[in-house]
Amino acid sequence: MKTSTPMVQALIDAIGEQAVVWHDDDLLVYEYDGTIDRGNPDVIALPANTDDVVNLIKVANKYDAPVTPRGAGTGLSGGALAVKGGVIIGMNRMRNILNVDAENKTALVQPGVVNLDLGAEAERHGLAYAPDPSSQRACTIGGNVAENAGGPHTLAWGTTTNHVLALELVTADGEVQWIGHETRDEPGYDLVGCVVGSEGTVGIVTQVLVRLVPRPTAVRTMLAVYDSVRQASNAVSAVVASGIVPAALEMIDKMTIAAVEPVLNTGFPLDAEAVLLVEVDGPESQVEAEGARVEGILNRFEPREVRSATDPEEREHLWAGRKGAIGALGQIMPNYYLLDGVVPRTKLPDVLDGVYEIAERYRLPVANMFHAGDGNLHPCLLFDELEPGATERVLDAGGEIMRLCVEAGGAITGEHGVGLEKRDYLPWIFTEADMDTMKSLRAAFGPTENFNPCKIFPKGHGCGEAGHQHAQHQIAKFGPKAFV
Amino acid sequence: MSIASPPPSNETIWLTQDRPDAAELGLCVHCGFCLNACPTYHDLGVETDSPRGRIALMRGLDSGRIEWSPRVQQHFDQCLQCRACETACPSKVPYGRLMEATRAEAFAHDKWPRRQRIIWRLIMRGLFPYPRRMRLAGYGLMIYQRTGMQAIVRRTGLLRRFAPKLADIDELSPVADKPFYANKEAENIRPSHPVRGRAALVTGCMMPLAYPETHRATVRVFTRNGVAVDAPDAQVCCGALHAHGGDVEAARALARRNIDAFTPESDDLPDAILINAAGCGSHLKEYGHLLRNDPDYRERAAVFAARVRDVHEYLVEIGFQAPRGLIERTVTYQDSCHLSHAQNVRKAPREVLRSIPGLTLSEMRKPDKCCGSAGIYSVVQSEISQRVLAEKMEDVLATSAEQVCTANPGCMLQLDAGIARFDDERRMMPRSTHAIELLDESYRLGDQVQDP
Repeated sequence: MKTSTPMVQALIDAIGEQAVVWHDDDLLVYEYDGTIDRGNPDVIALPANTDDVVNLIKVANKYDAPVTPRGAGTGLSGGALAVKGGVIIGMNRMRNILNVDAENKTALVQPGVVNLDLGAEAERHGLAYAPDPSSQRACTIGGNVAENAGGPHTLAWGTTTNHVLALELVTADGEVQWIGHETRDEPGYDLVGCVVGSEGTVGIVTQVLVRLVPRPTAVRTMLAVYDSVRQASNAVSAVVASGIVPAALEMIDKMTIAAVEPVLNTGFPLDAEAVLLVEVDGPESQVEAEGARVEGILNRFEPREVRSATDPEEREHLWAGRKGAIGALGQIMPNYYLLDGVVPRTKLPDVLDGVYEIAERYRLPVANMFHAGDGNLHPCLLFDELEPGATERVLDAGGEIMRLCVEAGGAITGEHGVGLEKRDYLPWIFTEADMDTMKSLRAAFGPTENFNPCKIFPKGHGCGEAGHQHAQHQIAKFGPKAFV
Repeated sequence: MSIASPPPSNETIWLTQDRPDAAELGLCVHCGFCLNACPTYHDLGVETDSPRGRIALMRGLDSGRIEWSPRVQQHFDQCLQCRACETACPSKVPYGRLMEATRAEAFAHDKWPRRQRIIWRLIMRGLFPYPRRMRLAGYGLMIYQRTGMQAIVRRTGLLRRFAPKLADIDELSPVADKPFYANKEAENIRPSHPVRGRAALVTGCMMPLAYPETHRATVRVFTRNGVAVDAPDAQVCCGALHAHGGDVEAARALARRNIDAFTPESDDLPDAILINAAGCGSHLKEYGHLLRNDPDYRERAAVFAARVRDVHEYLVEIGFQAPRGLIERTVTYQDSCHLSHAQNVRKAPREVLRSIPGLTLSEMRKPDKCCGSAGIYSVVQSEISQRVLAEKMEDVLATSAEQVCTANPGCMLQLDAGIARFDDERRMMPRSTHAIELLDESYRLGDQVQDP
């Protein structure tokens, strides 16, 4: 049996035995997130408060160990994977909602608070927390901040960065800093904006002051059923062009419906090529007027049917079909590779055609369910890792799809972050000089090289092949097929 | 970037046919949606004690990457088997089945400490399967309670000091409620015309001793609704606790006896096999799976399972009479995990409660989160169970309810213990209830009003 290392012992001394996980078999459950990548941490530290975070960072510094923050491990870009080993800081025990200020519409939360739990607390005050990633039932605010998470309702409300007013950051030096201010606008540089979306590379966020928004008094959710993807994407473009900003505008294609419908009984017709989920909210009169206009536009593109959810339960049912889509794909194939690209909305129909073409060429089923209104695509390539060569084919196809998005004038991530998965695509959209500038910004936060290494920046940028070597080491240790 | 390679199946680790199914393990895409639904992840804050983590451990055993250490076993033991993760899972991983399979293997591997094995054999194999021994134990409990011994034990706290586990059992022990329910009682009540159906009631091992009135209410309610209810006398404990614990051989033996008792003739089947205990109900519905490798019983088990109905479910299915008797009371409904997560019955109990004139249903936060009872978990893992209960009681006491209503005897006992411990203002009724009892009460009050 493995005995503890000096670093493990030092961590136990610093934050207590109950807060340190280090046995090999226990570490197994911290090597994955929601992606197909793996990383093998040496130890997991589970702080209970900011002091614990400071203390464990000091220990990590002493042993020159990488630190990787982790919330619920639901991420889709490998952000929470300890690629170079070292310490995973599990923030999930810091899960208190410290204060809700209903009058000023803010909430002070610890990073381990689950997105939906914050939403439920806000609701008790007649308010809402707007960013609603599909994993909101489990994902944490800390992870949302790290990845600048979005969700269906970011079309109207913006992503996480538009909802964070201030945050407490433990820097690489182990210092505690408050950044930002409870007023909406602060003089000087927007440092909060730098931290949100930094994917754990500049420090560890230990408290977040978020903005809450009023709950809409009325909501109308519409389902439009189309016989072709092109009709559906044209309808999306037309809605956006009309000047109306729906609260959400989602597209779900046939393959996704095939996965979702048998499990969740959402009422999506199995033979439709695509359905759109459109939501308008606000005051009653506005919802009525905008709803009617949106319905008119949807009807122009020859839908088979447009219907509205009439009660909250039906609405929730429709959304369950969208938000449960990713997991439900497990019904069709054992593995999936979920991409996250953004394209200008007018390019949606062409890029979607390209996605289907690439998938067909690589003989891979593809499911699309995405934030159409934002032009944020989520092609999901389905495969079975047991089939020889399938994983490589998936990665190649994924690369081509990313390339397609970039060539259409888009970008390689809309809301999942670059993480480990897409770091090698970064040079497609940034020059060396751009990336150097980003690195000097990162350096301005202190000696941050050990903070979530091998993320965002491509290989050879302070990380090299280390992650890969680490994996090779694991493979040598357990055999080539030993990954769960 | 390191990419996952397929795991080889390690044929040597599994000893029985009951092993976790590799294809079912493969359904988990580790999206993490289950984490926040899991009471033990919430309580312990480590992924090893989350559904996703436990599945990774099962896969790790399956692929031979990890040893079946006592630490790994502990993560399996700490699972409540509440199956809230199944409700949260978009891939529909049959977690409950996987955990039962893993426990069955742990049982076969003799992974338990010796003392635990001996106690299991004495109680689960020596007592629960035998109705007459259960009844004797019931009388013993009654003597202990009625002579004031229990009161002395609790007041002095001696048991708590010297045998904390026994003190847990004492605290959670039901009030032995005489007269115990006799299966023959059911025959004494027949519906007035017309008879709409015939049901066979599963009376179970503990309910006749602890909650005989729930059975009497069940028979009265269905009789009034035109269903003739019988309770076959040859029936035994359903074996749910055995299956949850991994003692599948004992569970199978009990299942066979019940199939013989309830469906002796294949051409004369009851319309419904009725059960008012959620934990038993979900297990009875799994009889087909449990006996899938038994050529003699496979088909009969599937037929049996297909006829099992929870009482709430069946009431709504047949369309029950609206009760008229006024019960002016506010109740809150705790979804029993094995009714909501395992059987997906959530609306029916609420429909029953809402049909009662004067009764108000005050919903708690997260009503389908486990109360920590989980069969024998409240005794075996009492520390976690107590913390889960404490959180539950906060939610219960935050409502305006005067009484808790739930759908399983284990939950009722656990919540009663919770009320005794946490309801400092003594605002709630000390005993929780079952919706069928409230419905019965309302029917009877309605009758009194009509013919004074």
